[in-house]
Amino acid sequence: MNKRFEVILLPICVAVVLIGCWHFSVKLSGSDIFPAPLDATKGIVELFTHGVLFKYIVASLFRVSVGFLLALIIGIPFGLILGWFGRAYYAFNPFIQVLRPISPIAWIPVAILWFGITDLGPIFLIFLSSFFPIVTAAMAAVQNIQLVYLRAAQNFGLSGLSLFKKIILPATMPQIITGVRLALGIAWLVVVAAEMIAVDSGLGYLIIDARNAGKRYDLVVAGMILIGIIGLVLDILIKKLQQLDEVRWGFQSTLHSR
Amino acid sequence: MTTTGQMKISLHNVSMTFNAKGSSVRVLENVTFDVYEGEFVCIVGPSGCGKTTLLNMVAGFLSASQGSILIDGKPVTGPDKRRIFIFQENGVFPWLTVKENIGFGIHGMTSDEKTNLIARYVATVGLKGFENVYPHELSGGMKQRVEIARALATNPDILFMDEPFGALDYFTRLKMRAELISLWQREKKTILFVTHDVDEAVQLADRIIILTQRPSTIRTIIGVPVSRPRDIDAPQYLATRDTIFSTMGLDHQGLSMPAQKNGVTS
Repeated sequence: MNKRFEVILLPICVAVVLIGCWHFSVKLSGSDIFPAPLDATKGIVELFTHGVLFKYIVASLFRVSVGFLLALIIGIPFGLILGWFGRAYYAFNPFIQVLRPISPIAWIPVAILWFGITDLGPIFLIFLSSFFPIVTAAMAAVQNIQLVYLRAAQNFGLSGLSLFKKIILPATMPQIITGVRLALGIAWLVVVAAEMIAVDSGLGYLIIDARNAGKRYDLVVAGMILIGIIGLVLDILIKKLQQLDEVRWGFQSTLHSR
Repeated sequence: MTTTGQMKISLHNVSMTFNAKGSSVRVLENVTFDVYEGEFVCIVGPSGCGKTTLLNMVAGFLSASQGSILIDGKPVTGPDKRRIFIFQENGVFPWLTVKENIGFGIHGMTSDEKTNLIARYVATVGLKGFENVYPHELSGGMKQRVEIARALATNPDILFMDEPFGALDYFTRLKMRAELISLWQREKKTILFVTHDVDEAVQLADRIIILTQRPSTIRTIIGVPVSRPRDIDAPQYLATRDTIFSTMGLDHQGLSMPAQKNGVTS
């Protein structure tokens, strides 16, 4: 009862206060360009009735899914290899650490040059943005495996593929999931930025188009709200991975036991 | 309780030097001892004296700088399934259930046989009802029981135990020692057990190897002439304990002898 109040009612209270502040500050300033909460909500309804709401959401999600999955498929094995084999780590890690801090936004001109104004540009940018955090997480996860697990495995005669399947993969899974969650957050940030430049659909496109085509700031803010909500939903979905029995040991939260 | 079985483990002039950052540290110096089949031997010494290093060498995780380590007459070249190490920091796999952990080292059996064997060892260490629980939901003592069961289920010849009860509370430790002794008497394993707790050694061991400060050599090896089950008030028990304390020089350093019968953790 008390817990439910804290978890559900507290955020609702904060939301009511924030929306109230937003509403009254717009009204007090007398702005007729910046939308009040109700205008933004009407904007979302308008997108829905014009039939572009789902089209744009699906377009953005498609680009994120493809780029992100590619980053997973290539990044996790690559990171595991770098974490396990010292020579591979020494050879590749410096380049990863140089490429990693370059914002995906800086790659936009390159993406346009290579891929033109197609879906491949944003997909490439999303791949880049999520690849490096995933590689780094998988690499660090292997390097952080506790010696006691490796020794126990060695004691029971494990090596090669069975060591990888039975020890390395499960031992690194929690840290990899944390990295994947972080990477998905970044990928969603980047899709919006990427769509502002390269393409003609998606939530990023919606924002820039609404502004260019007649200062429709109600639609701009509507787009921002949608991006936030979808980002939250994606994070909630990926957080479910942390509740799998095989990885729960890696996510001992202190929030509820403090 | 001297055992007249065959010689199981044999160390001859074993030394160990670690090289780190340009300087070398001599950890062990000319350690020589034998352990007989079925014997329970404890290695006792001050903190940081290299007893864990010694155990890791006998288990095959580290190789000695000099000297020879033989098990069953053959040089140790690496870890082996027939001799299982039980770790101080608990080596139970957190991603497997109790049942899966205990079955981890079992090979070459039908799944029925395996299921039966797991059930037997679950019962042996008193974890019935916890088969499908994950280790992070267990107490420290229960986790150590899982690790011991996982080791026993593979039917090893030797158990290497590195302060396995060090992280447990006083009462759990006492209980675990009693359980270990009854397991050892039933299963007839050779056990090499490292501890810094003199009482623990006197309660468990047939013989106690006492190491000096680093670089460690063997100060002395003491037999424990107390019949089992051991009464920790028996004069022989107390006498053995006091001999060890004075051998280790603890009664000359102004340390008051503890009135309690346990928990002497130097």
